[in-house]
Amino acid sequence: MTEQNYIRNFCIIAHIDHGKSTLADRLLEYTGALSKREMVDQVLDTLELERERGITIKLQAVRLHYRSRDGKEYVLNLIDTPGHVDFTYEVSRSLAACEGALLVVDAAQGIEAQTLANVYLALEHNLEIIPVINKIDLPNAEPERVRREIEDIIGLDASEAILASAKTGVGTEAILEAIVRRIPPPRGDREAPLKALIFDSIFDSYRGAIPYIRIVEGRVQKGDRIRFMATGAEFEVNEVGVFTPAPRPVITLAAGEVGFLSASIRNVKDTRVGDTITSATRPAKNPLPGYRKVMPMVYCGLFPVDSEEFDSLRDALEKLQLNDASLRFEPETSVALGFGFRCGFLGLLHMEIIQERLEREYGLELITTAPSVVYRVVRTDGQVEEVDNPTALPAPNMIDHIEEPYVEATIMTPKEYVGPVMELCQEKHGTFLNMDYLSEQRVALKYDLPLAEIIYDFFDQLKSRTRGYASLDYEVKGYRPAELVKMDILINNEVVDALSVITHRDQAYHRGRALVERLRQLIPRQLFDVPIQAAIGSRVIARETIPAMRKNVLAKCYGGDVTRKRKLLEKQKEGKKRMKQVGTVEIPQEAFMAVLKVGKS
Amino acid sequence: MVAGFVFARSMALAEWPNVSAVRLKAGFPAYSASLPQRPASDLLSSAPPSLFGFTKATSPLGEARSLQTKASHALYIHIPFCIRKCHYCDFVSYPGRSPAEMAAYCTDLEREMALVAGKWLPGPAATVYIGGGTPTVLPACNLEQLLAAVDRFFGRRQGAEVTIEANPGTVDGAKLRALAAAGVNRLSLGVQAFDDDLLRAMGRIHRRRDIYRAWELARRAGFNNVNLDLIFGLPGQDLDAWRAALKEAVALQPEHIAAYSLQVEEDTPWGRLAAAGDLPLPGEELELVMYQEARQILAAAGYKQYEISNFARPGYHCRHNLTYWLNGPYLGLGAAAASHWQGRRWRNYSELHRYRHALSSSRLPREEIETLTPRQQMAETMFMGLRLMAGVDLEAFRQRFGVDACTVYAREIECLYRAGLIEEKDGRLKLTEKGLPLANEVFVEFI
Ligand SMILES: Nc1nc2c(ncn2[C@@H]2O[C@H](COP(=O)(O)OP(=O)(O)OP(=O)(O)O)[C@@H](O)[C@H]2O)c(=O)[nH]1
Ligand code: SF4
Ligand SMILES: [Mg+2]
Repeated sequence: MTEQNYIRNFCIIAHIDHGKSTLADRLLEYTGALSKREMVDQVLDTLELERERGITIKLQAVRLHYRSRDGKEYVLNLIDTPGHVDFTYEVSRSLAACEGALLVVDAAQGIEAQTLANVYLALEHNLEIIPVINKIDLPNAEPERVRREIEDIIGLDASEAILASAKTGVGTEAILEAIVRRIPPPRGDREAPLKALIFDSIFDSYRGAIPYIRIVEGRVQKGDRIRFMATGAEFEVNEVGVFTPAPRPVITLAAGEVGFLSASIRNVKDTRVGDTITSATRPAKNPLPGYRKVMPMVYCGLFPVDSEEFDSLRDALEKLQLNDASLRFEPETSVALGFGFRCGFLGLLHMEIIQERLEREYGLELITTAPSVVYRVVRTDGQVEEVDNPTALPAPNMIDHIEEPYVEATIMTPKEYVGPVMELCQEKHGTFLNMDYLSEQRVALKYDLPLAEIIYDFFDQLKSRTRGYASLDYEVKGYRPAELVKMDILINNEVVDALSVITHRDQAYHRGRALVERLRQLIPRQLFDVPIQAAIGSRVIARETIPAMRKNVLAKCYGGDVTRKRKLLEKQKEGKKRMKQVGTVEIPQEAFMAVLKVGKS
Repeated sequence: MVAGFVFARSMALAEWPNVSAVRLKAGFPAYSASLPQRPASDLLSSAPPSLFGFTKATSPLGEARSLQTKASHALYIHIPFCIRKCHYCDFVSYPGRSPAEMAAYCTDLEREMALVAGKWLPGPAATVYIGGGTPTVLPACNLEQLLAAVDRFFGRRQGAEVTIEANPGTVDGAKLRALAAAGVNRLSLGVQAFDDDLLRAMGRIHRRRDIYRAWELARRAGFNNVNLDLIFGLPGQDLDAWRAALKEAVALQPEHIAAYSLQVEEDTPWGRLAAAGDLPLPGEELELVMYQEARQILAAAGYKQYEISNFARPGYHCRHNLTYWLNGPYLGLGAAAASHWQGRRWRNYSELHRYRHALSSSRLPREEIETLTPRQQMAETMFMGLRLMAGVDLEAFRQRFGVDACTVYAREIECLYRAGLIEEKDGRLKLTEKGLPLANEVFVEFI
């Protein structure tokens, strides 16, 4: 238990790739949390996927000890956060556990869309913000320009912004000193009844669910009986601890401190991120405000390839949901794919990550259907219905009109790309709102855009048309009526429900063609001709045929190497297993995501 | 046919073609029984119910082992040398090795024979097949020594079929005569194509005139059981060119013709060209037409198709290869050679130094030893057996495994039957006309 005056809780926020995790490395190293030998790049990115993709997905907390120049020893609780827009929710959860934030800005790139988005979040939480201009070692670094941007665009005093390089370690000490000097210590009555905010949790197969907590009031230690205020569930604490970054038990966690507790919580539903933990014997009256509920923006169907794995899929989703409250799911049935779940995500990257984690960490084989936004269908009788699944769209004669979600998109781009960006926004049914010169070089454009376009291929297009120089942030604004139709795909003359999509009428033909073409490439030949059609209602708008397979036979003997033959056949068999039999046709998993991929070619 | 390696003692010799003539001429009295000829179909349908000499009651793994060692078997010898590598070749063969190195390899082979014969006590071989590579790159003396070593360590059954693969560019009269004298009674000529442009494009070392020369020499040396290997589906080959090749082959009147469709393998020059889209392959549709054309022309010329790629005049099917297709026992000698013995499969090291190293410390040069589960054995029996036009003998399957194929593979057989790819006739399960070119689609169901 550390005296509050010697605690500093802060997180690191930035646009994606501006160097948060690398800066965290330097802080860990400087404070001796990890030896040089234990050090790897972005050591806090522990998930396999994070390491592979070089991005942070999950927030990560760690406790540091720092002896300041004032001679005192401080406990610093650092939370590294993701930068990608899909994981903004992770950022906002982290902010609630802190009093300050390091705002990292890339000295070569300057302020980007998520820099702004995250700063505003931090300001909402009344955090002390310390600007850090990172990567000053880069030859094209322009720290002074970036300093001006911080002042002009964000309105923060950047005179004390720290120039740093997370690569070389320049500025590390200055940052630590600023944390100690500028971020206020936590407050909170340590004698009051326990109030601890669950900002994250993980599932450990031996120890059950483990909530990550920030103690706001009171204290907690081994042997205490605790209660989860939302669920009412009670447990006896068998361990409290901190991350160093490895989990290490401590005797007590008290107001102002960040750590974890373990209490043999078997049912993952008992510990909900955002819930307040209190003492069962001396409960607090009111819970902490918790977190605003986040609404998923895109939905897709997740189906086990092997229908026997439905229950394992549910288990896995529940465990992931533990530390990812933005993940939603409910059972769904598809004619083509059987039993699965309709899942809601914050964005496409989020969706991709969850899908990959399910496959890798839980060994599931999944078929993912094309993502869809949530449409609002106004029926002829005036009833309003939310539809996140094209198959659930009522019959056309029962629909008065359909509304689709709109976002306000902020696009930052060097000024030479303003033309192409505006063109793109036009194509995607965007409505121009305004344009701001952030500096002489850079422009912020605001557009209202259909969310469906953003998840479809807007971001890829934006990147390619601005050679990667533009950044995008968006926020859901509301619903607007649009000319939307449901497009069905027929394979071998049968509608495959899992392939239906809702699309703008004026794009249907184009998309139908592209999709049918893509499916023709993806679906292997069968023993008979397979027609593929795109249709709106009963009207076929595009058609392709996969010709029947005519010849597949292994010729040679290979001197009796039967094993080799068997292995070839086994490989062929494996390929077949990864396909879904729909009617008489075998369709590979990728086909169900083809809708998404067509815009990209 | 099975009898070739199982029933040899009791009845087999009567079943097999006139291997005698060669030997008589070659002055090899030990093998000189005069054998009547029987048509292939007869052989297949008259195969006794028990394919491998064990009955329903015996466990396929237990009893079979002892029976197998006593039963006759096939012997394969791999010669992993070629003058130069063909552009499509992914066989284990090393180009441009010195005579000394090849001779040393032959010594290694003898070492291996000693070890193998000592370990398995297999008894005399029913068939011997020297393949490659290009076995005929070896000088006659090496080949003679090898065959002598086979006799020393294994022996050959009476009437044994002894095949050697020969590249038309690597034979001469003396070598062929020496081979015949050493008891080789079947020659497999790697003709592949008759057109010089195609042969050049394939990277073959021989040309059209070498084929005719080799052919003449072979007949003159007394080989009266000769196979010609042909390949179709070659880049730039059209239907007419293929027809012409077939007609030329038929005109020579060989006893056996193997018509393989080109398999483009990844790790070959052609594989790389194909991946880059730079190989003008005829495409599936034309390949299929070529295949059907081969079947027709060869049938009309009196060659009966008995396997997916193999055609023979009556009585001249390759007994050695039948062992593979009937999933029988064989021992493979030499680098990369595969063996199937007592419920296990293994393969020798492909790299010469590893092969040699193992032998120099008196170890069998084996890798990838695999003990087959009954289920795997069944699968192999099915997918190898279905390659034969005669199909899989269901009663023999039942005797061998103690279960009915139609029970084990009820669902698969039902599906394939309904798709029109297989049929059951006279107690045999076989590919239909429709199934033949789609054989892999059928085989995969039994995996
Ligand atoms: N030259 C240079 N490169 C840096 C510096 N800091 C980070 N990088 C590089 O920038 C890339 C991104 O760094 P990360 O630390 O993963 O960035 P991040 O902000 O954590 O990224 P997300 O968590 O995905 O938002 C990596 O390749 C780092 O090596 C720096 O000071 N100088
Ligand atoms: S001769 Fe046969 S083994 Fe030798 S390289 Fe050519 S194809 Fe391959
Ligand atoms: Mg990071």
